[in-house]
Amino acid sequence: MIEVKDVYKTFGDNDVLRGITAEFKPGKNNLIIGSSGSGKTTLLKCIVGLHEPTKGEVFYDKENFTSMHFEGRVPIRKQIGMLFQNSALFDSMTVEQNIKFPLNLFTDMTKAEKHDRANFCLERVNLEGKNKLYPSELSGGMKKRVGIARAISMQPQYLFVDEPNSGLDPITAILIDNLIAEITEDFKTTTVIVTHDMNSVMGIGDHIIFLYDGQKWWEGSNHEIAHTDNKELNSFVFASKFMQAARDKL
Amino acid sequence: MFHSLGKYILLLRLSFRKPEKFSVYWEEIMREMISVGIGSLGIVAIISVFIGAVATVQTAFQLIGSFVPKSVVGSITRDSTILEFSPTITSLVLAGRVGSSIASQIGTMRVTEQIDALEIMGVNAPGYLISPKIITGIVMVPILIIISVSLGLLGGYVACYASNEFSTTDFINGVTNGFNPVIVTVCAVKAIVFGFIITSICAYQGFYTSGGSLEVGQAATRGVVFSCIMILFADLVITELLL
Repeated sequence: MIEVKDVYKTFGDNDVLRGITAEFKPGKNNLIIGSSGSGKTTLLKCIVGLHEPTKGEVFYDKENFTSMHFEGRVPIRKQIGMLFQNSALFDSMTVEQNIKFPLNLFTDMTKAEKHDRANFCLERVNLEGKNKLYPSELSGGMKKRVGIARAISMQPQYLFVDEPNSGLDPITAILIDNLIAEITEDFKTTTVIVTHDMNSVMGIGDHIIFLYDGQKWWEGSNHEIAHTDNKELNSFVFASKFMQAARDKL
Repeated sequence: MFHSLGKYILLLRLSFRKPEKFSVYWEEIMREMISVGIGSLGIVAIISVFIGAVATVQTAFQLIGSFVPKSVVGSITRDSTILEFSPTITSLVLAGRVGSSIASQIGTMRVTEQIDALEIMGVNAPGYLISPKIITGIVMVPILIIISVSLGLLGGYVACYASNEFSTTDFINGVTNGFNPVIVTVCAVKAIVFGFIITSICAYQGFYTSGGSLEVGQAATRGVVFSCIMILFADLVITELLL
């Protein structure tokens, strides 16, 4: 389980996170939602160690990640997979080399084993046979899927996903959501997803944390979100006329 | 300025941490060496031949007709090529070619979150990205400068051959007589130091890029400018210390 305790993050005079405490449940899709500038991605980066919290702590299975040095964090980082908003694939490497990269550095697998593992990961994201392509030859949706394949190559215990649906058409976005949900279930990962896509919230949001103005404003499931009386959450979730109509029919 | 110097030194320290897996780093070093060495050979060859030829013609212009023996043209061309023209001008050109490529490559990786991806995996990003480039710089720049010296002298020979003012025999006599090995030592020290300056400064500029494509371009420009200034400064210091 991942726990965040009283996390603050300040950039200059800008208080982006203001005392966030939360738990992310193992084997579930934990969604962090909120409007732009609410601190979602900053919180995610504090959890994975790309930003150091100004105050507060992050725990991975009771181990204090925040207090660890670079070397101490490496064993935990080997259990982390992350899909970035723009996929962050290595441009100079093929799809297969991208997936094999962490395996080359951190395992003693043979060439054949690494090749098999890369093929398994590509099969899992429905990209069989795309091994030799470079990132520049892939569509946005394919890049996301390769990013997921790379993230799961080390069989991570924790999966972090930053805006998985940004820049994708609705059908591909749903495919990516379903893929993340399947991986969470199959690999029993603790998945943390940052999104503001309501399809993701309603579709795969096992546990949702709503951030507002750098604070945790609401917490619950996708079943509870439709019936909440939280004013700020309601105005976020039901911002569109379509969602308002959907709520009225519930 | 002191803040940037501190960050630069800390980045260098991080760059030379124990590698996660030596074989992966070795592959990266080989790849960089081919890219820098083979990739820069053409431009280094062209400028070296012309520099050698021009140095010979201009030296001859100053000395022909005086009481100085004609072979002195060869000696002066040899010394100026080994001591100054080849190491310094080649390094300034390499700062433009190799340095801007390093800064923009690492800078692009920063703004597209590829460096974050490395860090998430537990990879020492400065070590993986910067140390192979610095090692390449201090190995390949001296090799390119040795090639540059040879081609510079060849350029001088060709200039003599094409000229009616003095013979190639005079030139070769000048090049081979009165050779002081210390100039080779100075040239080697300059080459190693310049290789380090080009790669480390440009890598630093790229690594701390933030923003987008505009900032990547600015980082590459800063990397080249600072490298050129530091090359000229180091040139003076090494010359003062060793000659």
